[in-house]
Amino acid sequence: MSMPPDSPSLPTRAARVDHTAAATAQETPLRRFARDFFHSRLAAIGLVGLVLIVLAAVFAPIVSPQNPYDLAHLDIIESRLPPGQTSADGHITFLLGTDEQGRDMLSAILYGVRISLLVGVVSTVIALVIGLLLGLLAGYAGGRLESIIMRVADLQLSFPPILIALILLALTGQGVGKIIIALVAVQWAYYARTARSAALVERGKEYIEAARVLGLSPLRIMLRHLLPNCMPPLIVVAALQVASAISLEATLSFLGLGLPVTEPSLGLLIANGFQYLLSGKYWISVFPGIALLLIVVAINLVADQLRDVLNPHLQTQ
Amino acid sequence: MTVFIIRRLLQSLLVLLVMSLLVFAGIHAIGNPVDVLISPDADQLERARTVAAFGLDKPLHEQYFRFLRNALAGDLGRSYAYSTSALALIAERLPATLELAMVAILMAVGLGIPLGLWAGLRPQGVAGKSIMAVSILGFSLPTFWVGLILITVFAVELRWLPASGRGDTRLLFGVPFSFLTWDGLRHLLMPALNLALFNIALVIRLTRAGAQEALLQDYVRFARAKGLSNLRIVGVHVLKNILIPIVTVIALQFGSIIAFAIVTESVFAWPGMGKLIIDSIRILDRPVIVAYLMLIVVLFVMINLLVDIVYSLLDPRVRLSELKG
Repeated sequence: MSMPPDSPSLPTRAARVDHTAAATAQETPLRRFARDFFHSRLAAIGLVGLVLIVLAAVFAPIVSPQNPYDLAHLDIIESRLPPGQTSADGHITFLLGTDEQGRDMLSAILYGVRISLLVGVVSTVIALVIGLLLGLLAGYAGGRLESIIMRVADLQLSFPPILIALILLALTGQGVGKIIIALVAVQWAYYARTARSAALVERGKEYIEAARVLGLSPLRIMLRHLLPNCMPPLIVVAALQVASAISLEATLSFLGLGLPVTEPSLGLLIANGFQYLLSGKYWISVFPGIALLLIVVAINLVADQLRDVLNPHLQTQ
Repeated sequence: MTVFIIRRLLQSLLVLLVMSLLVFAGIHAIGNPVDVLISPDADQLERARTVAAFGLDKPLHEQYFRFLRNALAGDLGRSYAYSTSALALIAERLPATLELAMVAILMAVGLGIPLGLWAGLRPQGVAGKSIMAVSILGFSLPTFWVGLILITVFAVELRWLPASGRGDTRLLFGVPFSFLTWDGLRHLLMPALNLALFNIALVIRLTRAGAQEALLQDYVRFARAKGLSNLRIVGVHVLKNILIPIVTVIALQFGSIIAFAIVTESVFAWPGMGKLIIDSIRILDRPVIVAYLMLIVVLFVMINLLVDIVYSLLDPRVRLSELKG
């Protein structure tokens, strides 16, 4: 566990053999998965970081020093204070400085992380469900339906995501719901493709044939038999996509096309600080930027390890 | 082959038509341009006159057909904000974007291939490993964030490079370009690097994978046996063989570089068409939005068509499956 995967020295390997031999009796798939996952130290760090970030976001109203959107607590005199200053009444120390409205940056970032994560996760889940169902349908049904679904997906994938999101937002305008729709529209095709190729592989296997011989309905076969076996590659794609959804949302919000000012995500915070960047007041933009970076890197570390663990071809070590 | 190309052409036309309908219908779903165009204290008569002047009083389908007819004649409407032809406005901004994109591609090739070769030849070395680590960052960091950091470091702290604008330009064939003057080059460096970053990472990965594969081939072993110098083996034999996929991918990336220029141009206030579209969306300048979106869709459809044709020439299996499907 403490060794990186590519340098298996003798003691650890021996220990692992012992461990697995003793554990095979009651080793559940979940436990084996956890052991494989924590085999990489980097992934473990990523996961711990991610859990901390999620906890901080969920409990933002409790952990953050002030409510950044309660105007009664903001004092314009305390605007653009550098990091480490204490407020006039001595209540708060602005660890990360304040923005142009005298808002504590740490609190603003915690609330921003909340919004960024929410938008990223919700859009990914919706896109996953839509793409998964369409992909399974295409893979299982085949024929005309398949070619229509996959044509549309191919067509969409030939445009860069940012362009699709830009077109949709230029057409529909701003708002949380609208940006989620745009992010879903950008992502669904990835899942549809992955689900279809998984379904095509699984379709030819004996258990599906057995289910068909038993006279089960196509819907039941698709959802109860095909779906669970197609999940692992989709989980990997989804994990990677959450990161890119969050970073795309930040980009769009930075451009002023994403979330409205009332829902300041990290991208919007960065955009707000951008105008002060040139006068040397770096903290308004840079700290939300670092928060965004930590989220994206943590998710990518976890997703990479998920890919290695869930890929059956790599499990022959 | 001809059948294949005709099919693809028809498909592309269909895509364009659908997109034009979508863009046109969608653009009318957001805000009323009349509110933007006319000052709130204008009287009824003045309002009516402006509405009629822009054809906004006609029913939607009539506006669409008029738009389509004009579009075919090369007229995509007049900008509300600049009151010039939308197409001319974009054409005026196009060279700045193309210049940025071309320099970014040159950077991606010029930096990506040597770094990728290095990482591929010495995958276990410190340099090789750090190159790969940096390339992962190039993939996962949001473009605008990197731009921001570049500005903070090189423009604000070190004061080496200017943070925004195009600098001095010089005319070449009647079109202003920045790369011809020293000041322009200084302005060009950061935005181009910012735009190139993702592609540098991409080229590094491709080159590394290609080099590692090529080094195991018989022709490399033969060249070594012949006693050729390492430089010659890598520089001539390996590079020649791995260049084809790299060039293909870079050509494919051209479209997305133009698309991503939207972000870079906004960060560095580079006066290209990406900045124009963002500004136009903010002030609801419909004709410019429509014209930009239509142009970019045409560009992408053309790139995709070209790629399909080239692929079908290179790989007959693609063509066969197309004809059957």
